[in-house]
Amino acid sequence: MNPDSEHIEITITSRFENIELVQVIAEHICECAGLDDDGSHWVGMAVREGVANAIKHGNRLDTRKRVFTTFDVKDARLAIHIRDEGEGFDPANVADPLSPINIMKTSGRGIFYMKTFMDEVDFSFPDSRGTELVMRKNLAAHDDAATQD
Amino acid sequence: MKTTSRNVDGVEILALQGKITIGSGDVQLRDLISQCLNDGKNNILLDMSGVSTIDSSGIGELVGSFTTVTNRGGRLKLLHLPGKVSDLLQVTQLITVFEVHEDEAAAVASFK
Repeated sequence: MNPDSEHIEITITSRFENIELVQVIAEHICECAGLDDDGSHWVGMAVREGVANAIKHGNRLDTRKRVFTTFDVKDARLAIHIRDEGEGFDPANVADPLSPINIMKTSGRGIFYMKTFMDEVDFSFPDSRGTELVMRKNLAAHDDAATQD
Repeated sequence: MKTTSRNVDGVEILALQGKITIGSGDVQLRDLISQCLNDGKNNILLDMSGVSTIDSSGIGELVGSFTTVTNRGGRLKLLHLPGKVSDLLQVTQLITVFEVHEDEAAAVASFK
């Protein structure tokens, strides 16, 4: 794989057992692009959460619906797009998991983890065709930070 | 997820192995805790050393298990927390909720 520029796509059906497939690809791409093991793990974790949301909240476990994921690496910047075929949801409705009234809730931490481990996390709703999640990570910046530690 | 259990001085030690993730292990953990409580085993120590992967659903089940056990008058504590699981509890400030031990004997003694 050319670490300078790469585009990879994977389409899965809405089954939880497929999440790990996308996660492993994410981690492999990060490792090939020079991210360390921990950094690659956390990007994989963010991808896991994004795909799980697409399956559960986007496609509502409908196995006829798919989740489309693309990975683009260019100039040490990683962009990940995850799109479902559901009705869309408003991420603004997701409560702050750090709020004292929410801290003991059993759900609602997935987007928080994505935002923690990635540089940018955005949601859009392209032409009412489900929800598209875009996550970005500056792989070079992570390397610099690791070196300074 | 695979589990093994043993009882030491009235503390049920559940060793969890594998993934606690959405659709794989999360519901198992809930059922496991319910079974313990139904059997009257209210003091539960989860040995997390064998947990390879956990996600937000798994973290949510840990929180739910803690609440369920506490509401039944019991106590749930964690043993041998892997670094990455600890990181996930840290960033969501849940590390302050759980009592975490590194030594099994000390953990068992803490229930007395």
